[in-house]
Amino acid sequence: MSEHQGEFDSVTGRSTTGHEWDGIKELNTPLPRWWVITFYLTIVWAIGYWIVYPAWPLISGNTRGVLGYSSRADVAVELANLDKIRGDKMVALGAASLADIEKDPALLALARAKGKTVFGDNCAPCHGSGAAGAKGFPNLNDDDWLWGGTLDQIMQTIQFGARSGHAKTHEGQMLAFGKDGVLKPDEIVTVANYVRSLAGLPTRNGYDAAKGGKIFDDNCVACHGDGGKGNQELGAPNLTDKIWLYGSDEATLIETITNGRAGVMPAWEGRLDPATIKAMAVYVHSLGGGK
Amino acid sequence: MVSGSVFFQRESAMPQPSISKSMTIGESGLAVVFAVTAFLCVIASAKALDAPFAFHAALGAAGSLAAVFFIVNNYYDRPASLPAEEINGRPNYNMGPIKFSSFMAMFWGIAGFLVGLIIASQLAWPALNFDLPWIQFGRLRPLHTSAVIFAFGGNVLLATSFYVVQKSCRARLAGYLAPWFVVVGYNFFILVAGTGYLLGVTQGKEYAEPEWYSDLWLTIVWVVYLLVFLVTIIKRREPHIFVANWFYLAFIVTIAVLHLGNNPALPVSILGSKSYIAWGGIQDAMFQWWYGHNAVGFFLTAGFLAIMYYFIPKRAERPIYSYRLSIIHFWALIFLYIWAGPHHLHYTALPDWTQTLGMTFSIMLWMPSWGGMINGLMTLSGAWDKLRTDPVLRMLVVSVAFYGMSTFEGPMMSIKVVNSLSHYTDWTIGHVHSGALGWVGFVSFGALYCLVPWAWNRKGLYSLKLVNWHFWIATLGIVLYISAMWVSGILQGLMWRAYTSLGFLEYSFIETVEAMHPFYIIRAAGGALFLIGSLIMAYNLWMTVRVGEQEVQMPVALQPAE
Repeated sequence: MSEHQGEFDSVTGRSTTGHEWDGIKELNTPLPRWWVITFYLTIVWAIGYWIVYPAWPLISGNTRGVLGYSSRADVAVELANLDKIRGDKMVALGAASLADIEKDPALLALARAKGKTVFGDNCAPCHGSGAAGAKGFPNLNDDDWLWGGTLDQIMQTIQFGARSGHAKTHEGQMLAFGKDGVLKPDEIVTVANYVRSLAGLPTRNGYDAAKGGKIFDDNCVACHGDGGKGNQELGAPNLTDKIWLYGSDEATLIETITNGRAGVMPAWEGRLDPATIKAMAVYVHSLGGGK
Repeated sequence: MVSGSVFFQRESAMPQPSISKSMTIGESGLAVVFAVTAFLCVIASAKALDAPFAFHAALGAAGSLAAVFFIVNNYYDRPASLPAEEINGRPNYNMGPIKFSSFMAMFWGIAGFLVGLIIASQLAWPALNFDLPWIQFGRLRPLHTSAVIFAFGGNVLLATSFYVVQKSCRARLAGYLAPWFVVVGYNFFILVAGTGYLLGVTQGKEYAEPEWYSDLWLTIVWVVYLLVFLVTIIKRREPHIFVANWFYLAFIVTIAVLHLGNNPALPVSILGSKSYIAWGGIQDAMFQWWYGHNAVGFFLTAGFLAIMYYFIPKRAERPIYSYRLSIIHFWALIFLYIWAGPHHLHYTALPDWTQTLGMTFSIMLWMPSWGGMINGLMTLSGAWDKLRTDPVLRMLVVSVAFYGMSTFEGPMMSIKVVNSLSHYTDWTIGHVHSGALGWVGFVSFGALYCLVPWAWNRKGLYSLKLVNWHFWIATLGIVLYISAMWVSGILQGLMWRAYTSLGFLEYSFIETVEAMHPFYIIRAAGGALFLIGSLIMAYNLWMTVRVGEQEVQMPVALQPAE
């Protein structure tokens, strides 16, 4: 067998090229016709595409293509189309007061739909996609509100947040009675049990209710009010109900009283436009507990 | 676990006492270089600015000292003359580095598949991150990709390329220490890169995460790899260069170019791990995906096509289907692939013209890719019946089918309209894994099932039945994996773009994440099956080496083919 003198392969009816490496030979099969044609077609298609669309770089700039396509222009068109669908209505939403929105069924539906979308991408990470909240993040479906549950109050909280650093933010916070040396550890245990008793929860054996009441009156009433009913002006929770932001077990209460609490809700003013914030307020208000 | 004798065949059978023994320039030079490196690494470790760098410098010192010890020890153990190029007129093939790389491929493969299973489970159940920084998804993900692509795939490529180039050139591998420097040095790179990821060392470029010092070391190793390969080809005793060697050479050269193009960086200090990439903004993104896509094109495609071109005709005992097709599709493939990278940056700040080129070249790439598939599959003509009896050949052939499928899917996904749905979704992950598990994984498994008995001189595999089990379990795993990702990806894409009649987005992002959950569980199950298959394989190969029957060497030299 000399070079380039193939041998006949009876299975395929082709000859080999005459090369051999470690027993491997090659058939002299021509290129499959469909393969060549398809390859040419993809090349022709590519050339056609280059003519129509921006394609090749030049010394300054690039070929523009006969369609004058640009992806930025495409985005502008898409945004304009969206504006057509929701633009006028969003302007109306921006102009309407919260009370007007509540009265107009069409605006109300729009605000709820918009609010739901915005809530999912901005609020759900903390409050949950169903707004059920989590430890430290309030449930927005119930009628227990830290800073008030009217439309205006909800809107104010969304706009400026809580302890957000914004000039108009809600400022009140739970003080660190243990860490700051105001109460001694045994006093904290006593008052924690007193707080549990306010909510009708069982207390520890041998706990001194009178002493607990005294500590509560001296330290807690200023914010949480007489009998621990809470004060929305200061964001002080109602301690007599079954709803607890951080937990009602003794250990959690001791932790809360010892170290204080100051959860942060960011201010959305400036991050979302006024109409969007309005829509979000309407949506949160509609979740079930709005006053 | 593995003694040196598994990899080395001592040449003590042919003592040549008449020659006085002395160290070669390579041995003494390399020993000195490593001794100096060890010294510098100790200083760097002591003066390091951050703990990971100190750890890596210490690894470097330990590795360098081990290298000095190995070189000197090996010198005292070896006969006076270096191994002969030929024995009795037959090439004296060098199998040691091939055995080492085959073993490491299996080791890293299992490690990489396992980490893949862990991160797939973390996506389904985030609690599995355990709030520990070292095993966060963000650190384990590059560990998985690097372990399967560069550690598993890389060692398979090293092992097969060193085997194929010797056999198809009828020449012993060039160099005495150089091939060992390549295989051990490469695995040392993997060790440094992998431990770096766990310690938080990364330059944040996908598939190019290792920091500047790992990159420099890899550059040195890679240049030596190129030299060993080239010199072996140059001293070949065949008139022509075999097709597999074109592909291996394209892979080695292009990976060098890509590595250098994507990684120029300025270290903050030569005593610290952090560096900054020279490129910025969209140029950096373009370099990154020029690199990233051609890592697929030249590492995972060209290199593994080389494997296909040797192992399929060899195992099927049939001639390659078409010589002409192999030439045309080779040149078309390497010319067109290098342009396709921008399709990873559709609808970004990348200029429209660049996106157009990326997309159109990806479309033109379809037939050149399929040329490889045709040549692989049609080589079976006259041997299709072997698929019933030989699960190894079946694995190789199914890998080519997956190659064909994913090289159709790739160009399709590069079309901008399709990409606007598929981009950033799990569809991309499904596409990558049909290529990675189906094509790269199976062609590597098939090649290792062939290579281990050949390199260790065994009559055959320990058990073909176990190969069959591996084949079916892994195939089921791949089908579960990619179908789950297709459904999940398309669902995800459709949810992202769904609008309500009022013109608002229908779903929040978190709702799309919730919708993915069942598919993430199916994906993890698929990955688990693939891992189980590879464990069966490791057992089978281990038993082949340990208890397999020795092949009797043919005493008569073969006639060299012309």
